[in-house]
Amino acid sequence: MASGIKDKVVILGMGCSKFGERWESSPSDLMVEAFEECIQDAGIEREQIEAAWFGAGIDSFNVGASAMPLAIALRLNYIPVTKVENMCATGTEAFRGAVYAVASGACDIALALGVEKLKDTGYGGLPQRSRGIENDMYWPNLSAPGAFAQLATGYQAKHKLNKEDLKRAMAHVSVKSHANGVKNPKAHLQREITEEQAMNAPYIAEPIGLFDCCGVSDGSACAIVTTPEIAEKLGKENLVSVKALQLAVSNGTESSHSSWDGSYLKTTRIAAQRAYDEAGVKNPKQEISMTEVHDCFSITELVTMEDLQLAEEGRAVNDVLDGTFDADGSNPCQIDGGLKCFGHPIGASGLRMIYENYLQFQGRADARQLSNPRLGLNHNLGGFPHQNICSISIIGPYD
Amino acid sequence: MIGITAFGAYIPRSRLSKQAMSDANSWFDAGLKSLAKGERSICNWDEDTITMAVEATRDCLTALEKKQLASLYLASTTLPFLDRQNSVVVSEALNLEKNIRTMDISASQRAATSALISLLESRPKSNAMLVASEHRRTKAGSRSEMLWGDAAAAVSVGTEKVIAEFLGAETYAVDFVDHYRGSDSDFDYDWEERWIRDEGFMKSVPETVDKLLASCGIDAAQITHFILPTDQARTPAALAKKLGINAQAVVDNQIASVGVAGAAQAILLLAKAIEAANPEDLILLVGFGQGCDIVLFRVTEEVSNTKPKQGVNGALLARRVETNYNKFLSFNKLVERDIGKRGEADKQTYLSGYNRRKDLLTSFIGGVCRECGTVQIPRDKYCVNPDCHALESQDDYRFADKAGTVATWTADRLTFDWNPPAYFGMVEFEGGGKLMMDFTEVEEGTIDAGTRVSLHFRIKQFDTQRGFRKYFWKAMPLSS
Repeated sequence: MASGIKDKVVILGMGCSKFGERWESSPSDLMVEAFEECIQDAGIEREQIEAAWFGAGIDSFNVGASAMPLAIALRLNYIPVTKVENMCATGTEAFRGAVYAVASGACDIALALGVEKLKDTGYGGLPQRSRGIENDMYWPNLSAPGAFAQLATGYQAKHKLNKEDLKRAMAHVSVKSHANGVKNPKAHLQREITEEQAMNAPYIAEPIGLFDCCGVSDGSACAIVTTPEIAEKLGKENLVSVKALQLAVSNGTESSHSSWDGSYLKTTRIAAQRAYDEAGVKNPKQEISMTEVHDCFSITELVTMEDLQLAEEGRAVNDVLDGTFDADGSNPCQIDGGLKCFGHPIGASGLRMIYENYLQFQGRADARQLSNPRLGLNHNLGGFPHQNICSISIIGPYD
Repeated sequence: MIGITAFGAYIPRSRLSKQAMSDANSWFDAGLKSLAKGERSICNWDEDTITMAVEATRDCLTALEKKQLASLYLASTTLPFLDRQNSVVVSEALNLEKNIRTMDISASQRAATSALISLLESRPKSNAMLVASEHRRTKAGSRSEMLWGDAAAAVSVGTEKVIAEFLGAETYAVDFVDHYRGSDSDFDYDWEERWIRDEGFMKSVPETVDKLLASCGIDAAQITHFILPTDQARTPAALAKKLGINAQAVVDNQIASVGVAGAAQAILLLAKAIEAANPEDLILLVGFGQGCDIVLFRVTEEVSNTKPKQGVNGALLARRVETNYNKFLSFNKLVERDIGKRGEADKQTYLSGYNRRKDLLTSFIGGVCRECGTVQIPRDKYCVNPDCHALESQDDYRFADKAGTVATWTADRLTFDWNPPAYFGMVEFEGGGKLMMDFTEVEEGTIDAGTRVSLHFRIKQFDTQRGFRKYFWKAMPLSS
């Protein structure tokens, strides 16, 4: 049986650009910004990087196809570079490629970088784009909020919830993330909001209102990974290692088979259990110190708390309102502000989440620093509730 | 005996208030105020001649025991495609046999009556379907806009269980140009109403009717239903009087409730007359355009045994009042609306890909697994049941006539839609299967998890760049 990824690979360095409406910055500018921070943190030369994985979600609004944009932007030394795209899991997929390469022994030092330039469309929200020529002929022309509103109506119906109660809990999810985002200079949105503001905002896709949606922004994040032995040899201290890296991809069951009722995220449940097994986590509520989950919409975060076993099924509304996932709660979620405040430059998000883990475990999270965090879980969900890709990484101090 | 064996009708739910139309336009033409009575039917943005024809034919099929048809003719002057047989799209949407004879008949207001005569005189071996459907565009603020409506109706012609026996027909073919629409024009151009009445209706119709009645040995006074499709309010009664037909026999043109539905009007009113008829009633049907067609029917005892699910009265009742004239202008592309950048996305249909998925897209066919019985849509190579996943194990399974239940839904205000918000969600079908699909005809507050829906063939998207339109099935709340 495979031994899994736990503690085979550590993070040598990380970098993260300022996220936001970076009108003045090209994708290359953002890549360089994240990379410069990362390589200085790693304390190595560019030539020591032996392979790279490049994550970018939407080619047509980003840098175009292939791995070349990364190699050119960073002037990489003709090393192997692989382009990955897996919807909102893209950033984590780039990280997975680099981590697996090091773990396999194929190379000693590998780079993962994700970038997305969303603010070149001329309108708000994610870019309108084709879903493939056959799908376009019969799928609804669903926007991202329209797709995730389905999760809200499905969850509400399943648990027979009062619409107002669910909406208030969704509002609290956003209020909490905004409160955290205020403390993060790299976040796009750095201001507090109130529950009333969130509840009374206009609908984007009922019952998802404006403040239930994450921001839309440009950004890039980057990691250099190596083995614990090499990191130690390079003089790196407070090593942070990869404990688990999992991915679950829908196979059509949710969208076409009656066994799924639309009230939860099947892929998240599967990927989470695999990740806990890989990391040796027996009791997530007690062992996971922080989560960075895919709060593309407030409802996604709320339901994800159950799918990650951090709330009992049907109880997330209560736990959210009780402050369980607030900065001072027992399971703080989005301590960096989350997608809510960073926005979601698709290729970058997974790496941005790991970046926060890394800072927290190195004790470098400044105003957001948690006391003695042990394990961090990062979660991405690409696609729609009825058809998606879920990536989960668990990161923690290397013992 | 040959004649009509069943009928069906469809009138779009949306009925535009003529007061609202007059309020918007009488500043320019004060004469419109006199027409501001009642309402007219208007196609939703996702309806056209083809989608209405599908609905009317479906309704007609509900009254037929044998669903297998020898032919399907579609009559209309507003066919969405000039070269791509429109009747075949209707036939495939209804999943009719592939060896059916299909034909489009167009280019005249008597297209439907001419097609009807030709079917009746051809004595088809089994039921032949004629559906007439019309969605005419009119200039903003015109009288036509106030007087016309959108609708479709279907009749089947056959020799078994005839409800209205064909007694005979006459045609008078003459190039009387009361109006016309050239191939390079979007709108009709017409001549003075009084001239059309005096030199057109009053001259050509009486002579032709007299000829037919004489050959059938029927006296005009015996006619119980006199159908003269026209937007001229007083002409039917004037003609009846001239012909010696009783005033009570004149079938109302529904100008104040539907509007005159062009080439479909004759069939819609024929259906309406049969629906109201008693055995032995005589129906005289006129089609007027470049001369006239006259058809005579005698209603049989069978009429009380053959009723469609909806019929004309049912279609009239399934209504929703619309008071927003601007919506009508937008839906008919009579105003250039700012649809936002999301609406600019390229909508090209890749025809080879479309052809591969036509069973799903037009006929709404999924699969049922022979191994495990799981019903599913779309139909793919492997069965979707996680405990089965059998390869190429599925037989065709049609979803179009299934009822469904809404599992999840939303009203999306971000995505582009011609009539925002876009309603869509997961529908679970009676008998199994589910699909994330668009909804149509949703009124705010009428949809929730658990809402029952029926399925309807509608326009999915317009490719304005290339003059194409895609169709697919949508779910509609049953309360609509």
